[in-house]
Amino acid sequence: MTAIDKNDTPAAARTGGAVLAARALTKHFKVRGARGRRREVHAVEGIDLELHRGRVVALVGESGSGKSTVARLLAQLYPATDGQVLLEGEPVRVSFGKRFRAYCRDVQMIFQDPFASLNPIHTVGYSLRRSLRIHQGLKGGELESGLGALLEMVHLTPAARYVDKFPHELSGGQRQRVAIARALGARPKVLLADEPVSMLDVSIRLGVLNLLAELKDEFNLAILYITHDIASARYFADETVVMYAGRIVERGGSEDVTQRPTHPYTKLLLASAPNPDSQETPEAGNGPAEAPSLVSPPSGCRFHPRCPQAMDRCRVEVPPFFSANDDQLSACWLYAGEDAS
Amino acid sequence: MKYLLRRAAFYLVTAWAAITLNFFIPRMLPGDPVKALLNQYHGQLSSDATHSLYVLFGLDKQAGLWQQYLEYWGNILHGDFGLSFSFFPTPVSEVISQSLPWTLGLVGLSTVISFVLGTLAGVYAGWRRGSWLDGMLPVSTFFSAVPYFWIALIAIAVFAEGAQLFPASGGWDPALIPSFDGAFIGSVVSHGILPALTIVVSSVAGWILGMRNMMVTVSSEDYVTVAHAKGLKERTVMFGYAARNAVLPNVSNFALSLGFIVSGTLVTEMVFSYPGIGYVLWKAVGSKDYPLMQGVFLIITLSVLVANMIADVVYTMLDPRIRREA
Amino acid sequence: MVTTTVETTPAPARRASSRLLFLKNRKTQVGLAILGFFVLLALVGDLLAPYDPGHTGPDVLRPPSGAHLLGTTNTGQDVLSQLLVGTRGVLVVGLLAGLLATVLSVIVGVTAGFLGGVGDELLSLLANIFLVIPALPLIIIVAGQLPDAGGITVALVISLTGWAWCSRVVRAQTLSLRRRDFVEAARANGESLPRLVFFEILPNLTAVITTSFIGTVIFAILSEITLAFIGVTSISDWNWGTILFFAQNNQALDQGAWWWFVPAGLCIAAVGTALTLINFGIDEFVNPRLRTTGRDAKLLRAKRIRARVGFTPVYRGTDGREGS
Repeated sequence: MTAIDKNDTPAAARTGGAVLAARALTKHFKVRGARGRRREVHAVEGIDLELHRGRVVALVGESGSGKSTVARLLAQLYPATDGQVLLEGEPVRVSFGKRFRAYCRDVQMIFQDPFASLNPIHTVGYSLRRSLRIHQGLKGGELESGLGALLEMVHLTPAARYVDKFPHELSGGQRQRVAIARALGARPKVLLADEPVSMLDVSIRLGVLNLLAELKDEFNLAILYITHDIASARYFADETVVMYAGRIVERGGSEDVTQRPTHPYTKLLLASAPNPDSQETPEAGNGPAEAPSLVSPPSGCRFHPRCPQAMDRCRVEVPPFFSANDDQLSACWLYAGEDAS
Repeated sequence: MKYLLRRAAFYLVTAWAAITLNFFIPRMLPGDPVKALLNQYHGQLSSDATHSLYVLFGLDKQAGLWQQYLEYWGNILHGDFGLSFSFFPTPVSEVISQSLPWTLGLVGLSTVISFVLGTLAGVYAGWRRGSWLDGMLPVSTFFSAVPYFWIALIAIAVFAEGAQLFPASGGWDPALIPSFDGAFIGSVVSHGILPALTIVVSSVAGWILGMRNMMVTVSSEDYVTVAHAKGLKERTVMFGYAARNAVLPNVSNFALSLGFIVSGTLVTEMVFSYPGIGYVLWKAVGSKDYPLMQGVFLIITLSVLVANMIADVVYTMLDPRIRREA
Repeated sequence: MVTTTVETTPAPARRASSRLLFLKNRKTQVGLAILGFFVLLALVGDLLAPYDPGHTGPDVLRPPSGAHLLGTTNTGQDVLSQLLVGTRGVLVVGLLAGLLATVLSVIVGVTAGFLGGVGDELLSLLANIFLVIPALPLIIIVAGQLPDAGGITVALVISLTGWAWCSRVVRAQTLSLRRRDFVEAARANGESLPRLVFFEILPNLTAVITTSFIGTVIFAILSEITLAFIGVTSISDWNWGTILFFAQNNQALDQGAWWWFVPAGLCIAAVGTALTLINFGIDEFVNPRLRTTGRDAKLLRAKRIRARVGFTPVYRGTDGREGS
């Protein structure tokens, strides 16, 4: 008997209604500049996202592109500057207290660094029991069997061996499994995974990704998979969304986006990844090879200073989404005239 | 100099807080020290002294608290701390101004000596762990754990009563007339040696330990290893690379522990009957001379603030990051 | 229920064993042993005392002898009895003041570190002001104006002036912990604010709070004894400062009555050193680099290993100890 109930409203997932969605989500951070001047970092600008149960959406981008901020906004750890977060169609804005607790029962998050996200003074058992107690109100014998079930779910068996371990006694992969188990303890509908494997050894990354895929099927989870590794997005995600400097530049089916990229940034990103199938030498951009300042972002398309195909228009106007291929949307003026193709 | 301006603003706020605290303490505490005092003097106090008491302690029931506060500030800004009882009718400010130079000379000199000595010893102890200096650590711990005044007592027992090397009390030989001649200065120095020694011995351990621990931490930084690998002389690495960085926290600690050191030296003065401000405070406590006690507290606090300010300037000169910020 | 207890009991036991590891430090052990001795004296001191400490006798200003192990005062009182009876006052006031100050500083420090913004700046300003104002003169003018400055009052006054240092340390630690992922992760998992503070953050501050508690106790004991020595506090309560007060005021020095003031000072030093040693032990447990190689020095020299900068030499021979 597992603690998590498997057939939780499957209808909602098949109707196409997104379980968690972002509408024009925007986050500006206020920072104090060098001379005490107040400035704003435009970390996330007008993001739309939809997460469906049983599906994985990958959010890809380089460091500093705002992808982790999106995850924290969706988890309601930060208040959004503008825009909405919708849970099952209802706009939600919570920060603390009972309503926050109710929200995070549905939306759970896994952090990037499993060495930092578990409190070093608490045992594995403590962290997991807390999750079960908060969200399922389990006590006594039920709590212990729920704990065992959670550990088995993430393949930490025999469970008894891990219950009393402290985080420092576990490997990175084992810790990340504990973090996943803690998230599952809430019986969530949505799992926000913020670079869940980037801090792990390459050899165990696949194991953790496969575990997530397995859990997704088992519990009909909607997963947001945040990564800078576009190859893993192809392997793991149904849909891939590419972010650059706080904005979405391209989105579409993972296979399409990774095999037939349309936006110049996505192309650059793919070319920079070593690809054994391709003989081409990666084409270099003609601009500065670093992320732009988010305090005063470039005008127009934020990618234009690095874009090899930049036009005059790109410096002035922010490109909307154009349909580049069937379901593939690209925020690039190159596709302004070829909507039909 | 934005950093220094911010610090200056902080010291102004602290000075305000100390003066306000001084105003409120006699008004907030239970009991009525002034009435007890007036009874004790049975009308021997002049009306002037009684009035200054009223102002100081807020017995002037006609005036509201706010008005008392303003009047109090007016007095302070004119350097008027009221009249001392024990040295009646000398104003408190005069008693203090006579004793302050002695304290500044004694504490200033011995604290600087102790800081320099302790920091240097700390550099060596941290650089070469396991040397004989490490063995000295428990000894210095012992000295920092005993109160200053007890070391002062022992110093008197051993060097003044026992060996008769130095005088046991006072600031100069009472047979001499204070002037700037060799005999008088010599007498001042010989009277100052034991109190200064007491302060140095009691406070040096803290500097040694703080500097040693910082040196140990800093020495394992990569830039120190690189400096070694470059083939620099050991002395260059030790002072120019390790100590240069390790000394910064010690300087900021200096500012923080100043209040503690001053407290210790006040008591040292009491034991040696040294004519400084600590001795005045002791007299004031003994004769329940409240105006003098409060005046002494204010002056000590303001002096500590000034000393802190100086430490901040030194810190700014030592730390290029803060200099750049300006 | 039975299974629950069986499965949960190992956790606290394990935690305790890993947390109490600092007890293996030799400095801590020595410190705790000395402190334990004085705590014992504080408990049973008045039973052990051979005489009533205030009782005057015919043997005036006698050096130590069989009848009076630590000699007598100028009124024939037994110094040893005064010392034994006075221990309780010293420790009670020291621990009470330390406890009050620590509680106050943890409340202020954690609140400041957690609030951030204007609240933090105001609380930090308050702490910094109290840190800069010299404590002893402040304590003297407050205690000097109180009608009856007994032990509890003195402890209160000392704790009200001595909390700032600890609060600064706690604030800095809280600030750095608050931004760690595990706090954020616990919040994302639905933990309430009190739970975050008391179960996620505070347990990580144990070492810091303990060291500053011990530091505050040292400060409190020294202040209390100094106050008694100056004669600010009521002299009817016996403590080591009172002994020194009488010794100083009755010219014990001039008369060469070393037995009158030396033992009390040594007791203060012993308690102070004990507390400092415990703190060193905790510091070295938290930061192993600070360990003195003193005890190993002979061993290292014998093996011709020179302590070089940046490396902590470790010898793993038959008699080698674990190091890092």
